[in-house]
Amino acid sequence: MSLEIGSGLTIGLILLTVIVVAALLITVERRLLGFWQERLGPNRVGWQGSLQVVADMVKIFTKEDWVPPFADRLSFVIAPAIIMSVILLSFAVVPFAPNIGVVDSNVGILFVLAMASLGAYSVMLGGLSSDNKYALLGSLRAAAQMVSYEVFMGISLLGVVALSGSFNLRVIVEAQAGGWYVIPQFIGFVIFLIAGVAESHRLPFDIPEAEQEICAGYHTEYSGMKFGMFFVGEYLGLVLVSSLITCLFFGGWLGPGFLPPIVWFGLKSMVFVAFFILLRAAIPRPRYDQLMSYGWLFLLPLSLINLLATGALILSSQ
Amino acid sequence: MVEVAETSEQSASQDTGLVAQLRRDFADRLLAEQTTCDGIPTFWVDRQHLKSLLKSLRDDTQPRFEMLFDITAIDERLRVHRAGQPAAEFTVVYHLMSFSGDCDVRIKVPLMDADLSLPTCIDLWPAANWYERETWDMFGIDFDGHPNLYRIVLPPTWTGHALRKEHPARATEMEPFSLDDEKEEYEQQALLFKPEEWGMKRRSKTSEFMFLNLGPNHPSVHGAFRIALQLDGEIVMDAVPDIGYHHRGAEKMGERQSWHTFIPYTDRIDYLGGVMNNLPYVMAVEKMAGIEVPARAQVIRVMLAEMFRICSHLLFYGTFAQDVGQLSPIFYMFVERERIFNIIESICGARMHPGWFRIGGVAQDLPNGWEQRVAELLDFMPPRIDEYDKMVLNNGIVKRRSQGIGAYNTQQAYDWGVTGAGLRATGLEWDFRKQRPYSGYDNFDFDVPIAINGDCYDRCAVRVEEMRQSLRIIKQCLDNMPGGDYKADHPLTTPPRKEKTLQDIETLINHFLSVSWGPVIPPEEATVSVEATKGINSYYLVSDGSTTSYRTRIRTPSFAHLQMIPEISRGFMVADLIAIIASIDFVMADVDR
Repeated sequence: MSLEIGSGLTIGLILLTVIVVAALLITVERRLLGFWQERLGPNRVGWQGSLQVVADMVKIFTKEDWVPPFADRLSFVIAPAIIMSVILLSFAVVPFAPNIGVVDSNVGILFVLAMASLGAYSVMLGGLSSDNKYALLGSLRAAAQMVSYEVFMGISLLGVVALSGSFNLRVIVEAQAGGWYVIPQFIGFVIFLIAGVAESHRLPFDIPEAEQEICAGYHTEYSGMKFGMFFVGEYLGLVLVSSLITCLFFGGWLGPGFLPPIVWFGLKSMVFVAFFILLRAAIPRPRYDQLMSYGWLFLLPLSLINLLATGALILSSQ
Repeated sequence: MVEVAETSEQSASQDTGLVAQLRRDFADRLLAEQTTCDGIPTFWVDRQHLKSLLKSLRDDTQPRFEMLFDITAIDERLRVHRAGQPAAEFTVVYHLMSFSGDCDVRIKVPLMDADLSLPTCIDLWPAANWYERETWDMFGIDFDGHPNLYRIVLPPTWTGHALRKEHPARATEMEPFSLDDEKEEYEQQALLFKPEEWGMKRRSKTSEFMFLNLGPNHPSVHGAFRIALQLDGEIVMDAVPDIGYHHRGAEKMGERQSWHTFIPYTDRIDYLGGVMNNLPYVMAVEKMAGIEVPARAQVIRVMLAEMFRICSHLLFYGTFAQDVGQLSPIFYMFVERERIFNIIESICGARMHPGWFRIGGVAQDLPNGWEQRVAELLDFMPPRIDEYDKMVLNNGIVKRRSQGIGAYNTQQAYDWGVTGAGLRATGLEWDFRKQRPYSGYDNFDFDVPIAINGDCYDRCAVRVEEMRQSLRIIKQCLDNMPGGDYKADHPLTTPPRKEKTLQDIETLINHFLSVSWGPVIPPEEATVSVEATKGINSYYLVSDGSTTSYRTRIRTPSFAHLQMIPEISRGFMVADLIAIIASIDFVMADVDR
C-alpha cells in the first residue's frame, strides 16, 4: 500500500492523525488560554504538560459508563457517537495534500454541509434524551443556532464555488494557485469563519452549553467517555473548520516549495485553530436572541449580497 | 471639614425636630422613649399603633423615612438591665432610615410570649417580606397578613426558633445528628418547589410553564443559592429566591462569644470584605464602651478597609464579566487581587480574613516599610483599571448584554432596601462615608460616583469608579498617616494594654480578667453602620452588662438585594437573569450569616 488518495493506509493515517490532533488540542488550548490569561495552565504531566491529554484519557476511559435511569437509553448513547462520526466523515473530502485524502468527491462542499446538518441531531438527541431541563434548554438553543448558521454558512461558500466553478475541494485548492480566495472573497471568509465558530459552538457562540447560564447545556447529564466524545467532537469540529478555511480561502496545501504540501496545510490550519482559541479568551457571549437576530438580520443579507456581487463580477469579466 | 461639621449639626437638629414631631403627633400612642448611646431616637409603641406610626414616618414626618432598613427582634426574657423600658418578653425592632434627612429612627414593639403577633408591613415596604420571615423563623413571631410566612434561613423541617434564648447554640447541646432513609426522603420532599405555594400557575392560556431549579449548586449563583424560576420558553415569568444554604448562625454565636472573640466571626460574614466587616462591629462596641479611637488607628482602619473594597470590587468585576461570558478578565483581576492580598498580608499577617481590628484600635502597628508596599499598590493599580475599562466596560457585547437589563429607580431601591452601589447606580448621590462620616472619613477627599440608569451596566460602572476613589483615599492615608497610638488607652480595649501591668496589682488583675473573661461592656444598645463593599452593613448590639453580647443583629446589604431579584428580572431571559445576579454583587455568607 502506498500513500495515495483512498488507500487504506492513507485513510488509517488520516483518521489517527485527526483524532490525535483533536485530543492534543485539549492540552494546547488549556496552555494557550493560560498563557493569555496570566496563569500557567496544566504544566505538571510530562514536559510542559504535554502528557496531560494522556492523563485525561486514562481518567475518562476508566470512569463508570453511566446512563441516568430517567434518560432515554438508546438515543442517549447514540447522540455522542453521531457527532464524532459526522465530523470524522466530513474529513473524507478534505484534501490534505495532492496525494493525501480519502475520496476525491466532486460534491465535496455539499457533503461537508450535509454532515454539518446531521451534527445538529447529535446535540438535539443528547439534550432531549437526557430528560433534564438544562439539557432541554441547551438542545433547543443548539438546534436553533445550528440550523440558522448553516444557512449562511452554505451561502458564504457559494462565492468560492462560483469563482472556481466546482464543488470539489481539490479543484478549489488547485484553482487558488494564482491567488488565495481570501482576497476576492474576504466577506465570504469572515462569514464562514463566524458560522464555523457557531457550528462548533465555541465561545462566543457557545450558547448551547453556556456554562454560566445552563450549566453544560445539552451534555449536562453526560459523563465518562460519552462526555469525552462530545468534548473531542468539539475539538474535531474546530480542526475541521480550520482545515476547511485553509482549503477554501487560503490555498490549502499550496505554499513555497521548501516545505512539503502537507506541512503547509497543517501550519495554516493550526493558525486558525489558535485563532479560535484566542477568540474564546477574548470575546464575551452574546445573548441567545441577539445571536439569532445577528445571524438572520445581518449575516444572511451580507452573504447574499456577497454572492450577488461575486456573480456580477464573474459575469462582467467574461 | 467645616462643611461636614455643619451637616452633622444639621442632622442632629433634625433628629430633635423629629422627636418633637412624634411627641406632638403620637403623644397618647407612644409607650415610651428610650435613649441609646448611638443617638438614634428610639420609640416604644403598641402593636395597634405600629402601622399608623410607620406609615406616618414613611409619608408625613420631616424628614421622611424612605427605607425600612431592618426588622429584627430581641428575646428579652433573660435580660436584666431594662430600666425604663415597657414590660416585654419579646421586642420587635423596626429600624427606618431617612436618606433625605441623613438620620435613623428605631421603633420597638413589646410583645408577650403568649401572644406573639404583629401586623405585616409589606404593604408599606415590600422589603419587609424577608425581614418578617426571618423574624418569624428566628423568634416565632407571627406577622398577620404575611403571604408566605415560611422559614427562610433555617431548613423548612427545623423545629424551634433558633434565636430564642432556650434554643441550643451548639450541636453538642443537641442530639447527635443522623440521617436515615426515611428522614432523607422527608428532607428531600421539603425542598421540592411547589409553585402553587407562591401563587404561580403551572400553565397559561397559550403555554405550559417550565419550573427551573437554578441552584443551590449552579455555576453562576455565587455560592449556595437557589432560585426557582417560572419560565415561558426562556423568558423569566417569575422567580422565587431561596436562601439559607449558607447559614451558620453568626448572630447566635455572637451571644456566646466574648466581645473580643467574636471579631474573627465578623470577617466571615461578607467573606470578600475582610476587615471591612470588623469595622461596624468594633465601632458599635467602642460606642457602648465609650472608647475614643486614636487618629492613627482610624486612618489605618480606613486604609485597610479601602484595600478590601478594591479586592471585593475586583472580584465582582471579574465575575460579572465572566457571567456575561467573557472568560479572561477574571484571571487578570485575580492577579491584581493577589498582589493586594500580599500587601494586606504583610500588614495584618493574613490575607482574606485577617480579623485584625480590635476593640479600641487595631491589633498591631503598621510594619516597617509599609509605605513602600502601599505605594506599589498605588502604582500598579490605576493603569490596570484603565485597561479593564477597555476590555470590559467598553466592550460592545458586554454593553448589549447589560444595558437596560435589570433596571430599577431610586424609589424602588428605597422600597426594597437597596443600598451601596446598587442605590448609587440609580442616580442618588448617597454614600455613608460622605453623608454620615465615621472613622474619620470626613478628613478624606473623595467623590461619590453615581450613574443614572440603574441597570446592570451602571452598577458595574459605579463600582469600577469606586475602586479609583478608594485608591485616592489610600493615597491620602499614605501621605497623611498620623503618628500616635494604634490602640486607645482604655481599660475595655482588647486585648488590654500591658505596659502598666507590672507596675501595680490592680492593673494586673484587670488585665488578667480582661484577657481571660473579656471586657464587661456597660448595658447599652448601639447600631453602627458602614458603607461596606456591597452596601450598608450594620451591627445592632445589645449589651446586658456582661462579657458577651445579649443580642447581636447583623444587617447585611446582600440580604435585601437578593429579595429584589424577582422584581427586576421578570420578562427577561435566563441569560439576563445571570447578568442581573452578577451585577448585584452578593456573597451568600453575607446573605445568610
